[in-house]
Amino acid sequence: MSESSASYVPTVLQDAVNWAQKYSLFTYPFATACCAMEFMSTMGSRYDIARFGAEFPRFSPRQADLLIVIGTITERQAPVLRRIYDQMPDPKWVMAFGVCASTGGFYQNYTVTPGADQVIPVDVYVPGCPPRPEQVLDGLMALQNRIQEHRGHCQVEIGNTAAIGYTDRRRLPVMQDGTSMTLLPEERMPQDGRVR
Amino acid sequence: MAARLLEFLTRERPAALVETGAHVGDEIAVVHREHLVEVLTLLRDHAETKMNMLSDLTVVDYLGQQPRFEVVYQLYSIPRKHRLRIKVRIGDDDGECWVPTATGLWHSANWSEREAWDLYGVRFEGHPDLRRILMYEEFVGHPLRKDYPQNGRQPLIRRPDAPATDDQTTRLLADSHDRRVS
Repeated sequence: MSESSASYVPTVLQDAVNWAQKYSLFTYPFATACCAMEFMSTMGSRYDIARFGAEFPRFSPRQADLLIVIGTITERQAPVLRRIYDQMPDPKWVMAFGVCASTGGFYQNYTVTPGADQVIPVDVYVPGCPPRPEQVLDGLMALQNRIQEHRGHCQVEIGNTAAIGYTDRRRLPVMQDGTSMTLLPEERMPQDGRVR
Repeated sequence: MAARLLEFLTRERPAALVETGAHVGDEIAVVHREHLVEVLTLLRDHAETKMNMLSDLTVVDYLGQQPRFEVVYQLYSIPRKHRLRIKVRIGDDDGECWVPTATGLWHSANWSEREAWDLYGVRFEGHPDLRRILMYEEFVGHPLRKDYPQNGRQPLIRRPDAPATDDQTTRLLADSHDRRVS
């Protein structure tokens, strides 16, 4: 077997996995504000996000692979968003829905986080206040392209090991004390394995 | 109707009043802090007034004036269907920035006073549970005061690689910390 065909097989396998993942996104709607109305419209029969395979909202982050941050994130709520993100299994993607989730929008004040990307990585930003459903679908298609091209944030972090579907958080950047940097200090498992 | 309320107050508690007035049809009575609970109790319990509802309790910050804060009580009588606005003027020194609580008169005062404490830093002496209600416990300062920096964010959490907040915000927050300390 030549050298080129040896790398060809895993690449094709990766492409097939990416293709499957981009058409079966299970969404977790983190809906905090008025953008949720537009999300409902996008979910509904008129715009029908089901055409893109992302019609199945999971209300447990453990069953979701696309976190949609819909609406304003306050500084008080940011740790909650981070915890939700950390609870999602890899591979996972994040969409910021509307300007508040993207940049804080017009809430330039003491209480609103200037964008969900201050707390978690974001793959796709959908502008608008609120965005029209067409924009959301456009953003979803952009994300699908990203997944197919293996450019999602978790895919880039984990590298080409995602082909089998199981990924190992230990491959992510590690803090000096040996724990994953995606967890808060108080959320990290103690070394003796005790569950808090 | 409400003009009768002002007459009533002038007749019953002339010593408590700083001034009275009206704005677009709403009668206002400014009272001394030491007479506040007395006046509120009278308005709630007297057969002529029966102000059994505290519809709102707010604070106004007149930065640069003395006294700086105005605590505003919006009273309403459900049986008599009349309204009255009671105001108390207080300064911003630590020893001055307080009013007695109204929780003993209306239960609705509890959360309103916590909100006023949280956002303006007005202490309500005698309140059973004066904690922040909107901001988090770690928050420093009182954000609706006019001298709080407009973008003074105090994040609880940030990604290690998060986009930097702009320098101006950081500087404003540091300034306000300094002012509070000094």
